[in-house]
Amino acid sequence: MAKVQEVLNNNDKDRLLKLSQIASEIRVDIVNTIAAAKMGHIGGDFSVTDILVSLFFGVMNYKSQDPNWADRDRFILSKGHCAAALYSVMAKAGYFKHEQLGEFMKPLSFLGGHPNRRKLAGIEANTGPLGHGLPIGVGCAIGAKLAKKSYRTFVILGDGELQEGSNWEAAMYAGHRKLGNLMAIVDRNRLQQGAGTEDTNSLDPLADKWRAFGWDTYELNGHCFEELLKVMEAPSTGKPKVIIANTIKGKGVSFIENRVEWHHKVPSAEQNIQAIKELTHS
Amino acid sequence: MTSLSQQETFDCRKIFAETLIELARQDERIVAVCNDSVGSSNLNDFKKEFSDRLINVGIAEQNMIGVAAGLANSGFIPFVSCAGPFLSGRALEQVKADVAYNMYPIILCAQSPGMSYGELGPTHHSIEDFSWIRALTDITLLSPADPKQTKDAILWAVRANKPVYMRINRFKIPQTTPNNAPFEVGKALVLKEGKDVTLITTGILVPRALEAAVLLEQQGISARVLNMHTINPLDKKAILAAASQTRGIVTMEEAITTGGLGAAVAEVVVEHHPTKMRILGVSHFAPTGSASFLLDHFGLSVENIVKSACELAR
Repeated sequence: MAKVQEVLNNNDKDRLLKLSQIASEIRVDIVNTIAAAKMGHIGGDFSVTDILVSLFFGVMNYKSQDPNWADRDRFILSKGHCAAALYSVMAKAGYFKHEQLGEFMKPLSFLGGHPNRRKLAGIEANTGPLGHGLPIGVGCAIGAKLAKKSYRTFVILGDGELQEGSNWEAAMYAGHRKLGNLMAIVDRNRLQQGAGTEDTNSLDPLADKWRAFGWDTYELNGHCFEELLKVMEAPSTGKPKVIIANTIKGKGVSFIENRVEWHHKVPSAEQNIQAIKELTHS
Repeated sequence: MTSLSQQETFDCRKIFAETLIELARQDERIVAVCNDSVGSSNLNDFKKEFSDRLINVGIAEQNMIGVAAGLANSGFIPFVSCAGPFLSGRALEQVKADVAYNMYPIILCAQSPGMSYGELGPTHHSIEDFSWIRALTDITLLSPADPKQTKDAILWAVRANKPVYMRINRFKIPQTTPNNAPFEVGKALVLKEGKDVTLITTGILVPRALEAAVLLEQQGISARVLNMHTINPLDKKAILAAASQTRGIVTMEEAITTGGLGAAVAEVVVEHHPTKMRILGVSHFAPTGSASFLLDHFGLSVENIVKSACELAR
């Protein structure tokens, strides 16, 4: 625990403030991107934003100008439908130009409705069908160990996505192999496409499930950078690590927050203005 | 000449395992990924020599394919070895998204394909793989006929740097590929020239097609025999040559006929040079019986191949 405290002390106020500012800008980019395309998954984009920002601007090692750098940390967005959030983060990280976000979902665009590594360098896996990211992440983590490399693998999972059995196949195997170089972050916004997760096919007690599969398990506020960085940067104990990040679907905009219909609803022009107002004045 | 049915027969799993070990000795990127199938994939020797490079995920095929994709992402060349029905069927979406769509260099090795688990029934038959995998156009789909072609296919696949699916036959067959015949992916191997009718075959049915050709010859019918070891990409040139130079085409495959080799040949023929065809293969879930019995049951006997060819050659 002493080591965790050391990390926490390094998370000075400036760093947390900077991440918070970036997240605010990312949410503005997301809402503009989705409003322009008239398509997207704004609810999940907003719930996962702070997790993505923590990883890309706080935790992960990568070179956006050399996206295939062999020693990069691997990142997989298993909930691939939240591509607008990922693209907004990648644009800010320098993988491509900010103005190219306007290409989102346009015909023949490199920024499709789900990420595609054949179109955009830096994407490790083409996700979209749920339950694919964690098995691939397990393979990356095994690969790093076999190759005696020190890179780590991060996988963001939706909570509803955990109803797919393939996740538990992967979770079981990661626990079995003690993949301390693997981290899963569950975006626990408690809503899936049509209803609450607990009303559809309940996931709780979610932490107990991961723990039973041999993972170091943490639950925290997925919109608190201090908590996110503290756990993400805590040294590995030799087991895979999972963060159940309690989030709010649609976080940041009052009329989107926690409303199931905003899973993939598109804001009107007026709503877009209102959303940006809220995001930039909060 | 010794009849094919009297020649020594081989199980291709042995050459698969031997070739994999040879490759692994030369190249540290080679890993084997399997689903509790170390024994049935003949991987025990590989495991002895490269214990850390044998990734056995247990009975979890979806995870198996995802793990292979992650290993490919990390610079490895995964050979995924798994009984055919569970490789193509159980994990089909992973094969589509994680392997084909990602375009990762993964070699999917379907062990004991077709109806080689005869009596175990349709759950353990892999007769749909030609149709399913052919629909994933980014995967090269190989169906080697004998140990020589199996080895050649593996040696090609490891350098291909793209997704490959290949059948590793369990059903014992004689070598039909001449020792000096090159393995050219996408190019049918002409085993016998002929001018009256063409037999297009693949995998374990190649010996039966050759035997049928001998019997046809005795009836004065000259049959061309093509070993279509690559189902995708298909050798359209050889098919069109057959369509234009002979009076009809008989296809035969140890696979369901909806969408398999015969259907693929028909697509080419019907669009570019319509000709008469007979598509021999599996028509529905198989009854109980040995692999050999089931091949005959579904009309893949030498006699029925001869009969079908005669109908077209007349």
